[in-house]
Amino acid sequence: MVDGSSIGFWAGYAWPVILIVLKVLAIVVPLLLLVAYMTLAERKIMAAMQMRLGPNVVGPLGIWQAFADGLKMICKETIIPTGSNKVVFLAAPLITFVLATLGWAVVPFDAGLVLADINVGVLFLFAISSLGVYGIIMAGWASNSRYPFLGALRSAAQMVSYEVSMGFVIITVLLAVGSLNLSDIVESQRNIWFFIPLFPMFIIFFISTLAETNRHPFDLPEAESELVAGYQVEYSAMTFGLFFVGEYANMFLMSAFTTVLFLGGWLPPFDIEPFTWIPGYIWFFLKVAFLLFVFVWIRATLPRYRYDQLMRLGWKVFLPFSLLWVVITAGALIIFDWLPGA
Amino acid sequence: MIVQTIVFYIFAGVTIGAAVMVVAARNPVHSVLFLILAFFNSAGLFVLMGAEFVAMILIIVYVGAVAVLFLFVVMMLDINFVELRQGFLQYLPIGGVIGLILMIELIMLLGAETVAIPKTLLATVPIPPIEDRTNTAAIGDVLYTKYIYAFQAAGMVLFTAMVGAIVLTLRERSGVRKQRISNQVSRRRAESVELKKVEPRDGL
Repeated sequence: MVDGSSIGFWAGYAWPVILIVLKVLAIVVPLLLLVAYMTLAERKIMAAMQMRLGPNVVGPLGIWQAFADGLKMICKETIIPTGSNKVVFLAAPLITFVLATLGWAVVPFDAGLVLADINVGVLFLFAISSLGVYGIIMAGWASNSRYPFLGALRSAAQMVSYEVSMGFVIITVLLAVGSLNLSDIVESQRNIWFFIPLFPMFIIFFISTLAETNRHPFDLPEAESELVAGYQVEYSAMTFGLFFVGEYANMFLMSAFTTVLFLGGWLPPFDIEPFTWIPGYIWFFLKVAFLLFVFVWIRATLPRYRYDQLMRLGWKVFLPFSLLWVVITAGALIIFDWLPGA
Repeated sequence: MIVQTIVFYIFAGVTIGAAVMVVAARNPVHSVLFLILAFFNSAGLFVLMGAEFVAMILIIVYVGAVAVLFLFVVMMLDINFVELRQGFLQYLPIGGVIGLILMIELIMLLGAETVAIPKTLLATVPIPPIEDRTNTAAIGDVLYTKYIYAFQAAGMVLFTAMVGAIVLTLRERSGVRKQRISNQVSRRRAESVELKKVEPRDGL
């Protein structure tokens, strides 16, 4: 219609756009529901680990607690500090939230069940996760206040440090796969999931994702005992809510990333009868749920790292070790002639 | 095709607008944020050209690492913004000349009829068709074979810069108490705990 060719406006432009919007909603809406229930699950699990009951008042077993919290956040007043830089102040939570949902565009939930099956899926996810720091830095600076600023500075140094070793971990996986496409990475784990041959890298990657999402024991940007709440101090109501949802959605995203790289994505643990009855996306969800449980488990178990210990772990332990492991993996692949596509 | 054209003009327009704001913004932090916006939109332009690898590397390296450190430094500087703008116009001639030179170079490159490009500057390796080789693989094909020396030289330059930065900032200060993990781990019970018999009403 527009360019006069045989494709009409509806068939050529409108329907594809509507279809894409529907697909995006089909990913984002369940994600937000899961995030809501993740907060509840976290409180329940931690309560069980500490022999408490946890939220149990709103609804049976407290299952409406997540919605009660959400409603409270929406109804409260948003306070914007006078001395703050308003545009940046409001943009920061939006950026955190959008980035946490953006990464899901390339995550393969099942064979062929992916919104955008791009060639450089790994790089896309890595880029998205490395951008997460902007929301925090901008929040810390725009608040024009001491504690948020300290939190932002900590966060900037922390996230840049752990990205380096994450990059090396990703390189070892890519060496073994020979493709940057996430579906190809999952398919190449059909014989053995990568967390077995690359076990040290799996551990390093998982710890780095803890640091990357500012979770315990690396939650120094918001360390409540020293920085009140770090970069979130000046935020209230839904601006805080977006940070909160963004942080949990980021945990989901990083768990999905770990699942795709090391735990065989949608593949069942054994390629035999009873396991293959369960559809792939259920396996994917179970693996992500397991990693999220470990996130909570670690939070309930470990004390917070000291800042110099955090930096030492990132630069002096993980970086040399992952670099060494890249060399070992590459060498092994060459010696045994296992290089993919060679 | 018309969608691509529209998207191209959006990316290009925002890139140029953001680039102008980098220079024109009053607040240096805003300048860095506009720089990031410009990076993003140029990555979008790369994607439109089908160069998704370069686009992702641009975002990972420049936005994810370099610009974070820019922002880090600029945020910590205590700058008087008004004073900073004082000598703004005084640098206009130099900036203008540099811009002019760049523009002339671009025009020379694009208008191939006016200046013949020497054969050596053109790609000597045939570009594989986009269907049977992803551009990540295509870059890998030539980067580690044909251009290995240039690649290694770039690595050496970066390595030298890194060593230089470490040498410049590494200094031993006296009177600083540092944690020495080896000392802590190698402590024995005998040298750190002493049992004493305390007499009643006597103390130590």
